Amino acid sequence: MSGAPDRGVRATGDARRLALALAVLGGVLLAAGVVALFVGSAALSPAAVARALSGRADAASVESVVTLGLRLPRVAAAVLAGGALAVAGVGFQALTRNPLAEPSVLGVSSGAAFGVVLAQILGLQTGLVAAVGVAAFAFAGALLAAGIVYVVARAPAGLAVQTLLLAGVIVGIFFSAAITVIISIVDFNRLSGVIHWLLGNLAPLPSASLALFAVLAGVGVWLMVRHARELNLLALGEEAATQLGVDAERLKRRVFAAAALLTGTVVAFTGPIGFVGLIVPHVLRGIVGQDNRLLVPTSAVAGAVFLLAADTLARNVVAPAELSVGVITAFCGAPFFVWVLRARARPA
Amino acid sequence: MMSALVEFRGVGFAYARPAERAGRAFAMRDVSFTIERAEIFGVVGPNSAGKTSLLRLLTRVLVPERGAIMLDGCDLATLRPWELARAVGVVPQEAPRPFPFTVEQLVLMGRYPHAPRRFFEDATDAAAARSAMLATDLLPLARVPLDELSGGERQRALLARALAQEPRLLVLDEPTAHLDLRYQAETAVLLRRLNRERDMTILLVSHDLNLAAELCDRLVLLRAGTIARVGAPAEVLEAGLLEEVFNCRVVVDKSASGRPLVQLTYERG
Repeated sequence: MSGAPDRGVRATGDARRLALALAVLGGVLLAAGVVALFVGSAALSPAAVARALSGRADAASVESVVTLGLRLPRVAAAVLAGGALAVAGVGFQALTRNPLAEPSVLGVSSGAAFGVVLAQILGLQTGLVAAVGVAAFAFAGALLAAGIVYVVARAPAGLAVQTLLLAGVIVGIFFSAAITVIISIVDFNRLSGVIHWLLGNLAPLPSASLALFAVLAGVGVWLMVRHARELNLLALGEEAATQLGVDAERLKRRVFAAAALLTGTVVAFTGPIGFVGLIVPHVLRGIVGQDNRLLVPTSAVAGAVFLLAADTLARNVVAPAELSVGVITAFCGAPFFVWVLRARARPA
Repeated sequence: MMSALVEFRGVGFAYARPAERAGRAFAMRDVSFTIERAEIFGVVGPNSAGKTSLLRLLTRVLVPERGAIMLDGCDLATLRPWELARAVGVVPQEAPRPFPFTVEQLVLMGRYPHAPRRFFEDATDAAAARSAMLATDLLPLARVPLDELSGGERQRALLARALAQEPRLLVLDEPTAHLDLRYQAETAVLLRRLNRERDMTILLVSHDLNLAAELCDRLVLLRAGTIARVGAPAEVLEAGLLEEVFNCRVVVDKSASGRPLVQLTYERG
């Protein structure tokens, strides 16, 4: 670059800002992970947890079972689900040009949950093959719900903000009702734990399932990162984005599919956990700004931090009982939604 | 002989779904004309004569049903989206509101077609954005969110974005619609300078016949999806033809610079 101070153009500084933000968030995530491993309803001394983590404890000992068999997979699931949900939120927000759009608000989570319940009554219960099947059903349900919302809210002038949110709520109610119907008519034993799961539940997953979870979430996040620059251009409107060389139709299809994949995957493995995709991107916009190239990667890490913190709270706040993590996110998310809605309604 | 920069060859188009145009069928029939290199070319005509459709066809937001549009001797249909965007930069009438980005971020968006696979813009992109903001007098406002600008500043920011694209053809859609007199004059001066100093070809779509007459080397007058006349402003802006096309009474005078000056006459009866 030239020696003169390049007043007015800081494009080349964005990579540094992203690296810095990711480093800070990564540190916070690491710290949150350590805390989550050391606290819980089982009374374990820090020394015992450290023994289990370093492999010096007997595999059958309480500290090993609790730390490696319960807490570690739970931390992993929280990290994956939180990151995926936050990135899905950024994707839906960029697509609809509406900061309130989010998987649970748009009814996409309910669609995915309907897919999962359907998969369960079809007999997909345990094992990796079943997990792939459940994830596929959840993805299909998410696509279906998001597609219905899109068709309902579509107007000649684009997506109207209020219509979109109402359409999301209605689609959510419809799929929740469909789930209730299935639960009512099917033998309860075949839907074991479904109520707990429907509240959003980070129960320990087998490592094969966690690996599948990581792969699917990784694909979704990667797709979103890849199209982050084009998502910025979409803020100009589809016609202007097209005139800048973006294939707007293809972009919308891909981001739509990626957001549905992320939502479906999370719902398949942990149940519908709401509002992560609303809270995390909104807070980050105040810190890293509106650029999706900064927002998508940082949301992935910050979403992980947020859900890990929420789950650690859920595990400990009413110990020895446990809350579902979805309860915590809903308690934070619903007032947050109202706050954002009112802030937007206020004239600038 | 070098070919024209843009050539419309017998272009025909009809909106597939008339419902989107509130039931009013619109079709463009057999439109042929050329835009020569380094000229300022104006598109004028009444509402729904096809000005916007012509612009959308040229930027491939719409695709012709008949005929072809040639750009630098290449059929538009064969170009990749970003190849087209490198050649044709569009200044839209307005940016959406709310728009979450700053002037500088908006201007840098113009660099996308030059490297669609690049994640962050590089130093070349930054230099192009800087020079575009310099040309439009926007450097002091680079970090200001677009939503905080006045109408004139927003318009200049959109122009800067198109300049950062470094296009061969600059297309302006009603460039002065939201501007007061001073910014109208400044925009006109800027466009003329770009045309003279950089040999930039400019396509101006405008309601304002007098602005078009003042700035353009040639005009096309559209009427209900067909060409009423193409030529120098003095040939096109003729009282008889305008009265027929716009269906109202006009007087054509001469401006201070010797260009045609169209005035409405408000006669009773």
